[in-house]
Amino acid sequence: MKFKHESIEINAGLLIALTLVVVSIGGLVEIVPLFFINETVEQVKTADGRDAVHPYTPLESRGRDIYVREGCFLCHSQMIRPFRDEHLRYGHYSLAAESQYDHPFQWGSKRTGPDLARVGKKYSNEWHTQHLIKPKSVMPDSIMPNYPWLMENTLDYSDIRARMQAQKAVGVPYSETDEEYEANVKRFGPEVAKNLDILYAEKNLLKQAETGNYDGDKTRLTEMDALVAYLQVLGTMVDFKSYQDGHFSEFR
Amino acid sequence: MSEVKKDTAQTGSVQTTGHAWDGDIQEFNNPLPRWWLWAFYATVVFAVVYWFFYPAWPVGDSYTKGGMNSITYKVGDKDVTTHWNTRARLMKDLQEGEEAVKQRQYMQKVVDTSYEQILSDSSMMQFSRSVGKILFTDNCAACHGMGGAGVIGLFPNLVDDDWLWGGKVEQIQTTLTQGRNGFMPAFRKTFTEQQMDDVVEYVLGLSGHEVNKEMAGRGGVLFNGEGGGCYYCHTKEATGMHSVGAANLTDGIWTLADVPGQKTIDAKREAVGKIISNGVNRQMPAWKDRLSPAEIKVLTVYVHELGGGQ
Repeated sequence: MKFKHESIEINAGLLIALTLVVVSIGGLVEIVPLFFINETVEQVKTADGRDAVHPYTPLESRGRDIYVREGCFLCHSQMIRPFRDEHLRYGHYSLAAESQYDHPFQWGSKRTGPDLARVGKKYSNEWHTQHLIKPKSVMPDSIMPNYPWLMENTLDYSDIRARMQAQKAVGVPYSETDEEYEANVKRFGPEVAKNLDILYAEKNLLKQAETGNYDGDKTRLTEMDALVAYLQVLGTMVDFKSYQDGHFSEFR
Repeated sequence: MSEVKKDTAQTGSVQTTGHAWDGDIQEFNNPLPRWWLWAFYATVVFAVVYWFFYPAWPVGDSYTKGGMNSITYKVGDKDVTTHWNTRARLMKDLQEGEEAVKQRQYMQKVVDTSYEQILSDSSMMQFSRSVGKILFTDNCAACHGMGGAGVIGLFPNLVDDDWLWGGKVEQIQTTLTQGRNGFMPAFRKTFTEQQMDDVVEYVLGLSGHEVNKEMAGRGGVLFNGEGGGCYYCHTKEATGMHSVGAANLTDGIWTLADVPGQKTIDAKREAVGKIISNGVNRQMPAWKDRLSPAEIKVLTVYVHELGGGQ
């Protein structure tokens, strides 16, 4: 039978399906190979051979959820590009490895505010709390809106296990069984592995909030605690000082 | 109009696609403009050339890296040559870029010059001011404000001539490098209510407020005696101590209790009382891991100048 273009044009379902195939080719040829190329995600090891980048602790993970809920990504990117001006302002360019456990990633596509990929440890917890409640009180020129409810809302962590299990389902190495825990100890070291154990999620979350006292109010566990804990870990996992200059360009 | 089109279609001067809908609706098959077509072919040629010079095609678990387009940058004294990629390009730009080189020369000059010389050299000061302003905006302004005026109750004002940790360049440099822990114990449990009021009265009296002399007298005994021990850090003259970041209480400058901002003396009392009962625990982060010694030096000069220096 001779192929007739008309048979596609008069069949709306087929036309839609084939249009989608054609349109997606552009994206697919750029994205799919990255899953097969070895150097896409850099191997970032610490001096003792462990993975430098690890998944978020339960508290940080809740903070990240709040970051997403409040739409922070609409104005803040988390992707420092390898340009000199960005290097000077924000620090070392972002590595693919640094967002490997982010589902979905928070690279963002618009900077109304500054990039936050390395905001961790740059300001004090006190500053973050004050700034989130009322940005203008510390930065008079800021156009960022106020987020006072973060300090008022008690942090709901009742579903923290389910949240971690969901992340686990898409490949984040949180542990539930003994074998998984042991594997994490080997991969990230005992300190980190403890925090990745879903069975102790609530306990770990409370402990970190208690010792960190991120919002400055020890009597309550607020959403502020979680969000500040998250902000303070951003971009801090890789110690760039311990790698030779240019080390990470070998992955490209 | 439709008449005209129909006519040309019929005469065959413009080809049609050959379809006919509803009997007589036809579609012209006008050729693409020549310039557009050639521009399109040019992009195709460009793409093929690009494949040879730049990383392009995925091949198994690797990719074609492009040739005759390598980037050489330095690691220590060694030259490293690699295929073209943005990370290597950044390395090269940081090492050899025109602006980077110029800036580095200036920075090196700052490192090689003593504070004394910088402060008396107008071109060095100009450089420190412009670079310092950018560094300050990026790193310090978040707390101390764009102009360095700080926030009462949280972050000290850097524009006045009062210094908690000292205003000499060496002291400022130490503050920036190591950070500071501003600490004052909470006296909530140490003092009775009456004693607290007395100390507040004394403290307000130090900076020339109209106070109850009798109460202030009792407060002074607590302040300068073992009852409160305030003088350990604030000294008997209450002029403070830079080595521990204790504030001078005799001037009109307040960094924690917003005394000048309160209208009534009772509100002023309350503001001071709050600080004494709750204590102080504030931190200035250390910058030695974030900023290079040269950058800290520039910032030191900048901050020194902000506050009129000492």
